[in-house]
Amino acid sequence: MSDINKKIEFSPSAKALADNYINRFPEGKKKSAVISILHLAQAEFDGWLSPEVMEYVASLLEIKPVEVYEVATFYSMYYTKPQGKYVFEVCQTGPCCLNGAEDIIEYIGKKFGIKPGETTADGMFTLKPVECLAACGMAPMMQVGMDYHEYLTPAKIDELVEQFKSENKISRAFC
Amino acid sequence: MAKNLILLKEINTPGINTFEVYKRTGGYRALEKALKTMTPDEVTEEVKKSGLRGRGGAGFPTGMKWSFIDKKSGKPRYLVCNADESEPGTFKDRYLMQHIPHLLIEGMIVGSYALGANRSYIYVRGEMMYVIRILQKAIDEAYAAGYLGKNIMGSGFDLDLYVTPGAGAYICGEETALIESLEGKRGNPRLKPPFPAISGLYGNPTVVNNVESIASVSWIVNNGGDEYAKIGIGKSTGTKLISASGHLKKQGVYEIELGLSVEEFIYSDEYCGGIRNGNKLKACVAGGSSVPILPANLLLKTAKGEDRLMSYESLSDGGFQTGTMLGSGGFIAMDETTCIVHNLWTFARFYHHESCGQCSPCREGTGWMEKILHNIEHGHGTQSDIDLLLEVSKKIEGNTICPLGDAAAWPVASAIRHFRDEFEWHVSHPAEATKKGAAFRNESILV
Repeated sequence: MSDINKKIEFSPSAKALADNYINRFPEGKKKSAVISILHLAQAEFDGWLSPEVMEYVASLLEIKPVEVYEVATFYSMYYTKPQGKYVFEVCQTGPCCLNGAEDIIEYIGKKFGIKPGETTADGMFTLKPVECLAACGMAPMMQVGMDYHEYLTPAKIDELVEQFKSENKISRAFC
Repeated sequence: MAKNLILLKEINTPGINTFEVYKRTGGYRALEKALKTMTPDEVTEEVKKSGLRGRGGAGFPTGMKWSFIDKKSGKPRYLVCNADESEPGTFKDRYLMQHIPHLLIEGMIVGSYALGANRSYIYVRGEMMYVIRILQKAIDEAYAAGYLGKNIMGSGFDLDLYVTPGAGAYICGEETALIESLEGKRGNPRLKPPFPAISGLYGNPTVVNNVESIASVSWIVNNGGDEYAKIGIGKSTGTKLISASGHLKKQGVYEIELGLSVEEFIYSDEYCGGIRNGNKLKACVAGGSSVPILPANLLLKTAKGEDRLMSYESLSDGGFQTGTMLGSGGFIAMDETTCIVHNLWTFARFYHHESCGQCSPCREGTGWMEKILHNIEHGHGTQSDIDLLLEVSKKIEGNTICPLGDAAAWPVASAIRHFRDEFEWHVSHPAEATKKGAAFRNESILV
């Protein structure tokens, strides 16, 4: 969770990346970079987008906070509430279900003692069934941060959980 | 081995993801040819002659789309690659970009030259961040080689190419929603006209093409549009990447010559190798989740009794009564253990989740369809629910700004058309139907 008194500002390396995103668009079209910068902000600031973070992104892009907010609430990769350090985004669309996605979701839920959408008490893991991630031939599958994990089995889930526990860091995708 | 492989010809060449190996195996020859020996309009003409049709799903001729771009207004023009691959059952663009990124980069440069675009974008769905990093590396390599930037190969043509992410929204695969997203907004599709070729990104002339379409351009430039048109069958020219998933022995991405028989694609060892566990095939969604589902008997043979082919025309033979569509080439096979109602419910949930909410018929209707299907699937349905479901789908179809409404309605309408007995069985036998793994069986449609 963010400390509300902490000043929200990108680290120098993140700021350089944000500038790089902005420079991908023509003069006067800074707003186009909002999608990329929100991914970066989520990776930088505890894995979710607080109102303060969204205001900061708006100030960088010289747009109104509501223009950031409406984007942050439209796209499914952005979180406007805190999540676990590792969000297990398990595909639950048709092709994955044909090859056992629902059993995998059930297994993860039982292993963590949580329901879909919930986070473990220690704040480590969130289980989030998601819609098609374009890996239908490698079902069942899930995304965690940057990575796709395919051909999932209970044993593979157990392995990944042990690996994540030993890494213990926020895992979010940005480009 | 499959013949006439174009896109995946070098897929097994070690290091084909790098600039050096791509170049050594004939890469960037099309760029050199186009820039040094052809005018932009000549490039467009070759693509027109090739008969290449948009590989994202709509099947609109790519060359014709290019020829619509407004070159007279003097406004900046854009080529945008739609790499927002999100149609359930489809994973071919990801495969192509991940393994042969330069094929897309070269196509983007050649295409931008044809359109006179000096700034182009590859919009990749946000979940595929690792693909974005692969593409960025390929773009950096192309800049270092002088294939991007100012005065490319001394031709006087300048191009800056950027890769940029989405953030999780199926709707952004619709070209005007994608443009909205590129402008940093919610992905709400725009009313057409004006079409993007006149007023697209920032109100400027824009062409949006699928990854596979753009990746096909280099071969067309190298070999000529007429040569490309010789591959395939009739108006289905060239090759198509098919994403094979579901209950097939060998799932994966295959490049087929259009016109291959569906039977050969499913059963030959060269492709999918048949159905898993020696099971019978029950149904198939042949072109991504949005196209009508077909029972196995109608998938393999048309209503006229002809062999069904993997082509735009053959798959749609019989219209929506007995046919389907090639769509994006997302080939989802379902064996005899599949519950059609359950599968349809997951698709309905998908469309409800992905509706942008702009048009009431889609926003409300997709929610209704999901709810009714949830009820039927979980043993709380009534016989009248089946007709209600059909009625809701008809109220969505054709009544929305973009095709997402149709895409949500068609799977429902076709599933009831072909599998009505299965829906009725769910309603009349709730205890049996809700057992884990339960599937209604009708021998007459199994193959």
